Amino acid sequence: MKAISHVEGRVAVLDRPDVDTDQIIPKQFLKRIERTGYGQYAFFDWRFDDEGNERPGFELNQPQFAGARILIAGRNFGCGSSREHAAWALQDYGLDVIIAPSFGDIFRSNAAQTGIVLVELPEEQVKELMESVDLDRGSELVVDLEALTLTTPAGKVLPFEFDQSTRYRLLNGLDDIGITLQHADEIEAYEAARAPA
Amino acid sequence: MGRSLFDKVWDRHVVRDAPGEPTLLYIDLHLVHEVTSPQAFEGLRLAGRNVRRPELTIATMDHNVPTLPGPVTDEMAKAQLDALRANCEEFGIELHATGSGSEGIVHVIGPELGITQPGKTIVCGDSHTSTHGAFGALAFGIGTSEVEHVLATQTLNQRRPKTMLLEFVGDLPPGLTAKDMILGAIGQLGVAGGVGYVVEYAGDAILALSMEQRMTICNMSIEWGARAGMIAPDETTFAYLEGRPHAPAGVEWESAVEDWRSLASDPDATYDTHVIVDVTELVPQVTWGTNPGMVVPVTGTVPDPATFPDADDQVAGARALAYMGLRPGQPIEEIRIDRVFIGSCTNSRIEDLRAAAEIVRGRTVDPAVTALVVPGSAQVRKQAQAEGLDQIFLAAGFEWRLAGCSMCLGMNPDVLAPGERCASTSNRNFEGRQGRGGRTHLVSPQMAAAAALHGHFVDVRLLAAEAVPA
Repeated sequence: MKAISHVEGRVAVLDRPDVDTDQIIPKQFLKRIERTGYGQYAFFDWRFDDEGNERPGFELNQPQFAGARILIAGRNFGCGSSREHAAWALQDYGLDVIIAPSFGDIFRSNAAQTGIVLVELPEEQVKELMESVDLDRGSELVVDLEALTLTTPAGKVLPFEFDQSTRYRLLNGLDDIGITLQHADEIEAYEAARAPA
Repeated sequence: MGRSLFDKVWDRHVVRDAPGEPTLLYIDLHLVHEVTSPQAFEGLRLAGRNVRRPELTIATMDHNVPTLPGPVTDEMAKAQLDALRANCEEFGIELHATGSGSEGIVHVIGPELGITQPGKTIVCGDSHTSTHGAFGALAFGIGTSEVEHVLATQTLNQRRPKTMLLEFVGDLPPGLTAKDMILGAIGQLGVAGGVGYVVEYAGDAILALSMEQRMTICNMSIEWGARAGMIAPDETTFAYLEGRPHAPAGVEWESAVEDWRSLASDPDATYDTHVIVDVTELVPQVTWGTNPGMVVPVTGTVPDPATFPDADDQVAGARALAYMGLRPGQPIEEIRIDRVFIGSCTNSRIEDLRAAAEIVRGRTVDPAVTALVVPGSAQVRKQAQAEGLDQIFLAAGFEWRLAGCSMCLGMNPDVLAPGERCASTSNRNFEGRQGRGGRTHLVSPQMAAAAALHGHFVDVRLLAAEAVPA
């Protein structure tokens, strides 16, 4: 996993609640055995019509959102299936940060494993943030995982909370398994204590 | 202070607890299937790591497998199934492969083999792992990176979740099922109502349920955001497990049961949240929208999203109606369907099939409907055939298929065509879930069976009354 600390970039807005992982990456793309290359399939059924043309009405197809690194979304983003392919697809699509009032639990873990920063803010703040985005020309945001702040298009600085150990791992790009294996002796001790006599 | 079922299971599995860090939790059972595992095994290979406890890992083929006999013709599905076989061979993992006779949906075979047991920690790269909580296990879905982590370390880093007690009180009326209980509860509590919680389901209405029905309840925990649901093990649990291939036997059985009894929540256990749902007046449930919380009684009508209190819900509701091709005020019983799917890890166990067959017996499927029964496992299928259930379904015009996840998520050839409407016993009515453009209505097995016979939703309680001789 590559380290991530400071993300400055174009914002996209997907003002829908309960966006499930079936929408983020439809099941027909889960048959691949690779971990990469899912960005082209992100939000596939919402992005493309039956002929494979972009649906002009879909939020992320708006030109002012092109190249977004930050997504602002509605509550309970990433609910549903455990498919980590959803996080892989969003990252490969170009998104490094997702801001929402709440997230699905399994998606939250998967995002942390993949290296996507999930910023949880109160619903009113998320709404305000969505409204502050210039829907004609697009806007930029700054998310600083080191300082735990978000700077709005208007220059307002908002603090946010973040799980300490996840932050440490993301900032340093650390491999979770490597960290756990530093405690292999404790796992062995646990197994020994539980082994049937 | 008293401890809850969750507290007891969690505390038993703590390998390491350091301030500021997540808890390192030991995992007793790791279930693996073809879709969410190939990248995890590849990760192990790239890092030169091994599977720490292959004997605590069990694999099956379920998501991709065709339910008609014959070879897998989808090249990508075949590659994924081949990868699972090769990975299991390479790392020494027991595989319940297609055709072995013990294959099936991962959440059906775990309990069936008796590997799912009270007090265990159980994970799988699948959100419906919550199913196993019906036995008093702590069971939850994980992503592929965590699958790799469990393979390599037999542990997981977890923050201790909040706990919720959901009590179902009252007597469940005749014709009603666990599916109606959980759909009704999700309708009340919202699809995000359980986020951040492990939920313990309790109350008289839960105690009265069979293991199959309890699994249906726990299965859908994730549909309202709870990563895990649990039910305290009791005589019903022990009776289900006794004699199963992997269940303890003899003296070990006695001591296991004694230990399992101690897992029930203490009378003075505390929870972060306590909710009570009364099932006395419950009516069979049918979803009308594109998430499981968009649900109404079969006697009701499609709601008008404009009347919803929350602005986001209004927009989402209107979008859902457009996708579903429904209009506000439409009586649920007048909604015509094209397909029926009886199956999935929610409702494909022997009892589900018996209940559906009871409705179907001696009747015929509406000519406009294509109806499918997909048993949850090869064993369920065999048992159903021994009881003649297959003949009841076939005589009525249902298709009787091989075991697998099938049309619950349509990764195999069983998919809805665009615009097709399906009464389904599965767990998710998300857009495109059963096929791009397909429209899913979640119901109980009895309600699905009744809808198949009539070509539209009907109140199964009336149908059941009809069947009783005067």
